[in-house]
Amino acid sequence: MSRRTPLHDRHAAHGARFVDFAGFEMPVWYTGLVEEHLRVRSAVGLFDVSHMGELRVRGAGAAAALDRLVTNDISGLAVGQARYTLMCNHEGGVVDDLVIYRLADDDFLAVVNAANRDKDRAWAEAHLEGADLVDEGDLWCQLALQGPLAATVLAPLTDVALDGVGTYHHALGTVAGVPGCVVARTGYTGEDGFEIYGPSDAAEALWDAVVAAGAPHGLLPIGLGARDTLRLEVRYPLYGHELDDHTAPHQAKLMWTVKLDKPGGFVGAEAIRARRASGADDLRLCGFVIDGKRIAREGTPVVVDGAPVGRVTSGTRAPSLDRSVGLAYVPKALDVVGGSLTLDVRGTPVQATVVKGPFYRRDA
Amino acid sequence: MNIPETLRYTDHDEWIRADDDGTVVIGITDFAQDALGDIVFVDLPAVGDTFAAGEALAEVESTKATAEIYTPVAGEVVEVNGELDGSEELVNSDPYGQGWMVRLRAADTSALAALKDAAAYRVKIQG
Repeated sequence: MSRRTPLHDRHAAHGARFVDFAGFEMPVWYTGLVEEHLRVRSAVGLFDVSHMGELRVRGAGAAAALDRLVTNDISGLAVGQARYTLMCNHEGGVVDDLVIYRLADDDFLAVVNAANRDKDRAWAEAHLEGADLVDEGDLWCQLALQGPLAATVLAPLTDVALDGVGTYHHALGTVAGVPGCVVARTGYTGEDGFEIYGPSDAAEALWDAVVAAGAPHGLLPIGLGARDTLRLEVRYPLYGHELDDHTAPHQAKLMWTVKLDKPGGFVGAEAIRARRASGADDLRLCGFVIDGKRIAREGTPVVVDGAPVGRVTSGTRAPSLDRSVGLAYVPKALDVVGGSLTLDVRGTPVQATVVKGPFYRRDA
Repeated sequence: MNIPETLRYTDHDEWIRADDDGTVVIGITDFAQDALGDIVFVDLPAVGDTFAAGEALAEVESTKATAEIYTPVAGEVVEVNGELDGSEELVNSDPYGQGWMVRLRAADTSALAALKDAAAYRVKIQG
């Protein structure tokens, strides 16, 4: 049986179409994916992402312990700062991608993918040394308020001075009368916006207050469908699609999150070094656009002379661009910006062009 | 859920209308468009293409899924809804009207009698 977030009744009241995601019954859309997607780009939208997992890491040695557990630099974070990082296994594959918030000197909140929550906790319990670990996934709700008007909507509801919270920073404060919230300028859409972490039992109060404050600004509740198309337009990876336990960070072009020279090292560092040096991993993640309206969905083979050489990991019609776009793992030789790929879309060869960088940029 | 009394329905959520000139018109039901979500692409056959009963003759892409459209009767394509190229949302907003897809000259329309009527289709989608 599917689990529900504390906001399930609110979603039903908004007319949500539900889908099972990572064991949770979640809204895939309310009014429609395209309208919701475009509303986040043009104004503001509110997502319930309470299914995400939260691992709390505390103790005098927490920063050093996290440095050894994940790939990015954690001890270098200031209090009030956050960082995107990978957690790798001993083979250099990716256990999960996560965001770590430094709440205090010796207190960190690691936000992980819902589908990986149990795996991550087990991995961290086995490999985190010198810090206390608590799975707080059931204690927190998470609302993502995203879009150019996010700050306008949130400011009157909180005692946090939002102007003082920069990108990938956060502050503790009260939101809609609910104390003990983490207000973070983070997100998964490519727009300005906030992720608000609050106590689970205050989820409905937070949701109702933000919905009411956002109504005059055109706020819509946004489902996981648009969350996926928004992240894909800005080329953020999604675990289980672009990332998995076998694929190494350099294949996903995420070496910017991997600090191989960290003093003390980290789990997977030797394997990543060895895999890069050997050149054995030929597949690289690339972005592509398709001329025409066909969509190459996940699993679509990339073919050369009819033989599969790679595969699409995510594909959609990008609502902001009105173009068919996607991501694929292809042999290095095909990962050439401007080069063409042949995709086997259910038996029909479809031409795609390799492109660099995000498909959509906020300031474009 | 809108289920017009005048149409016939397949188990794959297509609707069929038999017109007086002996042609049949095919589209997808309100239930189908609602389940698919925003339609972004409709791949229609060419006029003159022929199809056997049960063959896929068109393909619909939504933002989340792909669906093939099957014809319940054999026939030759005499007209397709060109308006859908660029206005795919008509399938969502008016699935039985401006969202129609293909008109066939059917070799034999007797198979239509075996399809579901509105009452039976309602039972199916509510089942």
